Amino acid sequence: MSKISGTIVVDTERCKGCGLCVEACPKKIVEMTTKAVNKKGYPYATQKDSDLCNGCTACAIVCPDGCITVYRKKWKEEE
Amino acid sequence: MTKENIIAPQNIVYKKPSLMNDSPMHYCPGCSHGMVHKLVAEIIEEMQLTDKTIGICPVGCAVFAYNYLDIDWIEAAHGRAPACATAVKRLWPDHLVFTYQGDGDFACIGTAESIHAMNRGENIAIIFINNAIYGMTGGQMAPTTLMGMKTATCPYGRQADLHGYPLKMTELAANLEGTCYITRQSVHNVAAINRAKKAIRKAFENSLSGKGTSLVEIVSTCSAGWKLTPVEANKWMEKNMFPYYPLGDIKDTTIEKQ
Ligand SMILES: Cc1ncc(C[n+]2csc(CCOP(=O)(O)OP(=O)(O)O)c2C)c(N)n1
Ligand code: SF4
Ligand code: SF4
Ligand code: SF4
Ligand SMILES: [Mg+2]
Repeated sequence: MSKISGTIVVDTERCKGCGLCVEACPKKIVEMTTKAVNKKGYPYATQKDSDLCNGCTACAIVCPDGCITVYRKKWKEEE
Repeated sequence: MTKENIIAPQNIVYKKPSLMNDSPMHYCPGCSHGMVHKLVAEIIEEMQLTDKTIGICPVGCAVFAYNYLDIDWIEAAHGRAPACATAVKRLWPDHLVFTYQGDGDFACIGTAESIHAMNRGENIAIIFINNAIYGMTGGQMAPTTLMGMKTATCPYGRQADLHGYPLKMTELAANLEGTCYITRQSVHNVAAINRAKKAIRKAFENSLSGKGTSLVEIVSTCSAGWKLTPVEANKWMEKNMFPYYPLGDIKDTTIEKQ
């Protein structure tokens, strides 16, 4: 079966922890750090350990600072 | 499928536009200015106009826009961006010339320049960031501040008898003969961002083809000035700004002319 998997990479030093990406992700798999901050002192966005991401780009589109790169890959599941 | 397998250059489906450089933007977290900067960068890149675009910066939070997008810029005196753009466009008629202005810049101190440039039908695009407040100077009342809205200079809320009514510059602009495309957009979710992008692109195309003045108002948030989180600010904007500043196209003479 053909599948689509996605993932994101956050430029954590550029991130300002605004949380707009968390709100935008339809799969609810983006979260803010609660115990770590970047060099500017902001908590930053990370993707939860999840295979739900389909690379829809919503989180990245709404990021005002352009911190998120989205990757998407089509692949076939072995029977 | 592991993360490591997916992360490869050929699988990139979204990244920061390359015209937006790596300098960290000074805007507050979640500020609409960043969002609109990103759209402007994407559009100029897509239209392949990097070497043929001149932007005019305002005074206001976007005063340093020239540090973030790698195109040619001029920094205008407060409110005078449309006058500056007039000169630039008349000297470089084949260039895309746009101004980027806040509501304090475009709809207050620069009202005369704004109205007359639009009335003359200068072939420029105006991006108007309406966050209903003076963000840069600490959240004072603007002509666009909503009725009842509290700011540093109207701590009990805007009142009509004392402060007058919020100014709808965009509706006003639609009545001017010189304007060809007038629209009000926002950037609070993916669908709105896509519509705003189309609108800015159209305004840019109008500047290039010399159809008259285009105005794209972006109803925006200023979470710092409004004293809300960025997510709350978007919700507040939907509830309070959109009823008074409704989204959508207000005028488009380019359709009739086709
Ligand atoms: C001639 C002059 N008058 C006043 C100011 C102070 N001032 C700086 S920015 C600003 C208003 C900015 O508000 P706006 O255009 O809405 O931009 P925002 O920061 O909200 O994006 C004012 C009054 C100035 N810099 N120059
Ligand atoms: S690409 Fe889509 S699914 Fe994946 S994290 Fe971003 S918003 Fe969520
Ligand atoms: S939207 Fe961008 S700046 Fe805001 S938290 Fe997400 S990655 Fe960080
Ligand atoms: S003060 Fe308001 S407009 Fe200025 S950067 Fe902060 S949020 Fe944006
Ligand atoms: Mg403002």
